[in-house]
Amino acid sequence: MPSKNKTTITAEPGKQELFITREFDAPRELVFKAHIDPKLFVQWLGPHGYEMILETFEPVSGGRYRYIHKDKIGNEFGFHGVFHEMSEELMIQTFEFEGLPERGHVILDTMRLEPLPGDRTRITIQSVYQSVADRDGMVQAGMEKGMNEGYERLDGILEGFS
Amino acid sequence: MRRDVFQAIADPNRRAILSLLARQRLTLNGVAENFRISRPAVSRHIKILKECGLVVVIPQGRERYCEVRMDRLNEVTDWVEQYRQLWEQRFNRLDEVLLKMEKEK
Repeated sequence: MPSKNKTTITAEPGKQELFITREFDAPRELVFKAHIDPKLFVQWLGPHGYEMILETFEPVSGGRYRYIHKDKIGNEFGFHGVFHEMSEELMIQTFEFEGLPERGHVILDTMRLEPLPGDRTRITIQSVYQSVADRDGMVQAGMEKGMNEGYERLDGILEGFS
Repeated sequence: MRRDVFQAIADPNRRAILSLLARQRLTLNGVAENFRISRPAVSRHIKILKECGLVVVIPQGRERYCEVRMDRLNEVTDWVEQYRQLWEQRFNRLDEVLLKMEKEK
């Protein structure tokens, strides 16, 4: 379902960071809960067409997480990190994609949940990468999944016509 | 094995090789001089970049020069928009989860 709340990404060329912003028509308490309740979290985080397996999930300050996206032909993509700060206003965590040729390309994500009038919430994520190349490379890797999703959706539409 | 632009740029050394070659064409040795990794490792990366269509090797006299095919990189220039759509889809699913939560409250 398309939403009137648009996602904004700000990524200035040559910088190691990017910002993601989005508003939600739900109070902060619920948006936060969707981030820390494992049953809810698995419903939205994984890309479409991937099974989302939460192997470790300790959404408290100092906790760890590891999850796996599994595609239909059994390819697994693992991600892990630690929660540095986990509160309704502020969620800070590290993030590492395990599929890179080299270990240690860690991202620091700081997510702010800001209450808006009318029981709405604004999420702002700052992602800091170790280098500009890391940022651009990771984004491109993510984009590949996005493109796959696009093709799958197209498949779905075409099936509807046949 | 799959060979495309995304695989080419998934590796930090290959990204570094591309940005080096984007400024000037170089021989394999010329590339290797700029990296701490071994010459065979550089050679392997160049081979992958060739197979992905991002680098061509042009013989000139006794030398063989590596050149970047920048047009192939255009496939990924609009990466911010693509990345945005990835998040948009994720957040649209979060909308649906939040809607369910509100109904169940």
